[in-house]
Amino acid sequence: MQASTLIIILLALSSLAYYVGRKRAFKVAEGKIRNLHSLPAYYGLYTAIWCGIPALVILAIWSAFEGTIIINLVVADLPPEVRELGPDRLNLVINDIKNLVSGNIVSGDINPAMQAAADHYASLKSTSHALLALVVLAVAIGAGVLTLGHIKKHHRARNAVESTIKVLLIICSSIAILTTLGIVLSVLFESIRFFQSVPMNEFLFGLEWSPQTAIRSDQVGSSGAFGAVPLFAGTMLISFIALLIAVPIGLMAAIYLSEYAGPKVRASAKPLLEILAGIPTVVYGFFAALIVAPFIRDTGSLLGLDVASESALAAGLVMGIMIIPFVSSLSDDVINAVPQSLRDGAYGLGATQSETIKKVIFPAALPGIVGGILLAASRAIGETMIVVMAAGLAANLTANPLEAVTTVTVQIVTLLTGDQEFDSPKTLAAFALGLMLFVVTLILNVIALHVVRKYREQYD
Amino acid sequence: MNSSATTIDNFTPPPKRTIDRVRQGLAKRKAAEKRFKAYGLIAIILGLSFLAILFTSIISKGYSAFQITYVKLEVFLDPAELDPSNTGDPEVLSGANYGGLVKSTLRSMFPDVTSRSDKRALYGLVSTGADYQLRRMVMNDPSLIGTTVTLWAPADDDIDTFMKGHIDRDASESDRRLKDNQITWVDQLVAEQLIEKRFNTTFFTAGDSRDPELAGIWGAAVGSFFTLLVTLALSFPIAVAAAVYLEEFAPRNRYTDIIEVNINNLAAVPSIVFGLLGLAVFINFFGLPRSAPLVGGLVLSLMTLPTIIIASRAALKSVPPSIREAALGVGASPMQTMLYHVLPLAMPGILTGTIIGMAQALGETAPLLMIGMVAFIVDIPTGVFDPSTVLPVQIYLWADSPERAFVEKTSAAIMVLLAFLITMNALAVILRKRFERRW
Repeated sequence: MQASTLIIILLALSSLAYYVGRKRAFKVAEGKIRNLHSLPAYYGLYTAIWCGIPALVILAIWSAFEGTIIINLVVADLPPEVRELGPDRLNLVINDIKNLVSGNIVSGDINPAMQAAADHYASLKSTSHALLALVVLAVAIGAGVLTLGHIKKHHRARNAVESTIKVLLIICSSIAILTTLGIVLSVLFESIRFFQSVPMNEFLFGLEWSPQTAIRSDQVGSSGAFGAVPLFAGTMLISFIALLIAVPIGLMAAIYLSEYAGPKVRASAKPLLEILAGIPTVVYGFFAALIVAPFIRDTGSLLGLDVASESALAAGLVMGIMIIPFVSSLSDDVINAVPQSLRDGAYGLGATQSETIKKVIFPAALPGIVGGILLAASRAIGETMIVVMAAGLAANLTANPLEAVTTVTVQIVTLLTGDQEFDSPKTLAAFALGLMLFVVTLILNVIALHVVRKYREQYD
Repeated sequence: MNSSATTIDNFTPPPKRTIDRVRQGLAKRKAAEKRFKAYGLIAIILGLSFLAILFTSIISKGYSAFQITYVKLEVFLDPAELDPSNTGDPEVLSGANYGGLVKSTLRSMFPDVTSRSDKRALYGLVSTGADYQLRRMVMNDPSLIGTTVTLWAPADDDIDTFMKGHIDRDASESDRRLKDNQITWVDQLVAEQLIEKRFNTTFFTAGDSRDPELAGIWGAAVGSFFTLLVTLALSFPIAVAAAVYLEEFAPRNRYTDIIEVNINNLAAVPSIVFGLLGLAVFINFFGLPRSAPLVGGLVLSLMTLPTIIIASRAALKSVPPSIREAALGVGASPMQTMLYHVLPLAMPGILTGTIIGMAQALGETAPLLMIGMVAFIVDIPTGVFDPSTVLPVQIYLWADSPERAFVEKTSAAIMVLLAFLITMNALAVILRKRFERRW
C-alpha cells in the first residue's frame, strides 16, 4: 500500500474517531453538556488526536528507515565477492538492483545473483509495506478505541487537546531554528570537505580563480585554482557601485518625502518607489543585460572608452536601482521616528528647513540610516540574478568598473547548475563560497539589526 | 571707530546687530535651502524615471509578442502520401510525412524556385509547427484526407521578426537573418494577403520550445502554480502557528529570544543560500526528485516563512488587549481566546502578509536554479513530482537564448509575470483597506 493512501485512510479514521468520541461524550454526560468537564467537541478532538498522531509518527519513522534497512538486508545476502567491492562499486550494484526491480534500464548485464537479489529486494519491500499498513492501522484503531474508554465525565479533554496544540505551535516556531541549522550544517559540512582538498588560506587569499578539475592529471590547466580574492573584489566592486547609486538617491528621496513633500505627493510617490522593490530580480537582470549594458557600451564607445559588454557598471547601476527603495523606506522610517520636538527646537532657533535636516535630524537619524545602508549592502552582496545575467564569468582582479568582473553568487550558480558530482572540489567550492556569503551577510545583518533596534529604543 | 577704541580703554566696538548678520547670510542660506530641496526632488524624479524606463522598455520590446505571423497554406491532403493503403490506422496517420505535404504546398505556391539552396530557404518560411498542426487536423478528422484544407501555419521566427519590422530590409544580405529571396517571397505573400499577424494563442497555451514561434509560457505558469501551491500549503500554517506561539504563548526566555533573532536574520539571508540548503538537504540527503515543484515549494516556503511570520506577528500585536481580556473574563481558556477571538481579528493582516510573501516567492529565481528547475522542459507538468520550470526561470532561460525572437518573448513573459505580481499586491492592498480596523 502506498504511503499516500495510508495517510488518507488515517485521516478518514481520525475524522471518524472525532465523531465517535463526541458521541461517546454525549452518552457519558447523559445528554447534558454541563455534566462534562469540557465541551463535547474536545472529546472528539482528543480521540482523533490519539487515533491519528501516533500512527502518523510511526509511518514517518518507518518510511525514513525502511530504505536503508532493506538495502542492508539485501547486501548481507549478496555473494561475498560482490560484498567485498568498494563502497562506490557496491553502490552501483545496488542501483542496478533497484533499476531491475522498477523495470528501468540496467547498466551491466543481469546475472542470476543479481536477479535473486532483486527478487529478494522486491519481496522485502512488499513485506515491509504490508507490515507497515498493518502496524499503522492497528495502532490507529487500537489507540482510538483505548482513548474512547478514557472518556469520562470529569476527563480533562480540553486541557489535553490544548497542550497538544501548544506542542504543535512550539514545533512550528522551531522550524526557523531548524532552517538556520540546516543552512549552517549543509554549507559547513560540504565546505569542510572542500577545505580538505584545497587549503583554506589558498581559498581566502589566492589571487587566481579557475575552478576546473582535470579528468587526466597530465591535462593542461589540470590543477584548478581556487583563490577567491577576485570574486570578493568583484562582489565588492559591483556592490559599491550599487550603493553609490542607491544611497544618495534613496536618502534624498526619503528626506524629501518625509520633510518637504505634501501628503498628496507622498501618498503617490512612496508606493510608486516601492514598486521598484517588488519587481523580481530576474526582470532587473534582463533589463541590465539587454538594455543598460548595450547602452553603456555604446555611450562608452562614443566617448572613446573601451567598455566590456558585461561591465561591472551595468550590473552595479541596475542593482543600485533595485535597492533604492530599501534605503529610502528604511531611512524614511528612522527620519519619521525623530521626535518633532527636535525639529521645533531647531526652527525656534531660526534654522532653515535644510539646516534643521542637515544639522539636527540627520545626526539624530544617522545610526538608523547606517543600519539601513548595511542591510542594503547585504542585499547587494547576496543578489544573484542581476549579476548572473549581466556580469561576467571571468574572474578579473580589477577596480575598473568598465571591465567585466564576476561575483561570488555568479560562481555559485555556474558551479551548481547542470550535472554535478558531489566529490569534486569544483562543486564543493560553491558551498565554500556559500558559506562565505552566509557569514558575511549574517554579520552585516546582525550589526544592522542591532543598530536599528538600539536606535529605535532611544526615542520610543 | 578704531581710533576711539584706542583712546578709551574699556570701550568695545558696538557689535554688529544679530539681525544684520542674519540678513547678510540670508540669501546664501535661502539658496542652499532651495538647492537642498531640489536635490530631494531630483532624487524622487530619478527613482520614478528609472521605474518608467524599466516599464516602457519592457513593454515596447514585448508587446509585439502577443501577435504572431501566420502563413496561409492550401494543403492538399494527398492520400498517396498519408495513407497509401487506405488503412485508416491512427498509427500510420500519425507517422505520415506531414512535413513533405507542407513543403510541396510551398513549392506549388512558388513554382519558379528550383535550386536546392533556394528550396531550403523557401521551406524556412514556415515553422515546423505547421507539420504538427496538420497532423492534429488529420488525426481529429481522418475524413479530410483527399481534400484540400486551408491551414494558417505559424511562420518561422525570422519571418515573424521581419514582419514586425525588427529586421532591416536595407541591410546587406550577410548582415541579416533573412535572405534576399526570402524577403521577395514574403513581399509576394503580403501582396496576395496570404500572410498576416494574429493574436498569439500559442504563447499562452504551449510549453517551452527551441523554436521561438512555438514557445509558450503555459508550462512555466503551471509549474509556478504547483510550486506556489506547495509553498502556500506549507508556509501559511507553519508561519501562523509560529507567529501565534511567539506572540501569544511564548515565555520570555533565551530560547524564544534565539527564535526571534533567527527569524529576523533568516529574512535577510540571500535567497541563493536557501537554494544551497535545498540542494544539500532535500535533494542530496532526502533524495527528492530534481526539478520538481515539490522541492521548489519546500525551498520557497522556508524562504517566505520569515516574511509571513513577521507580518502575522504585527497583525496579532495590533489586536487590542481588551479583546483578550474580555474573552478570558468570560471564562475562555488562553487557547480558546486565541483561536476564536484574536486569530479571526488578525486574519486580514495575516492574509495580507501571506499574499505579499507569495508574490515574493512567485518572483524568486536564484534558489530554484540550485535545485535544477532550469532544465529545458517541453511538457506541461501535471503534478508536484513532475519536472517543471517556473515563470521567472523561464524568463531567465529565454533571456539567454540567442534568437532575436526570444527577446520579445522574454519581455512578454515579464509582462505576464508583472501582471500576476501587480494583481497579487493589489489584492493585498484591497484586503488591507477593506478589513483593516483601527482600534
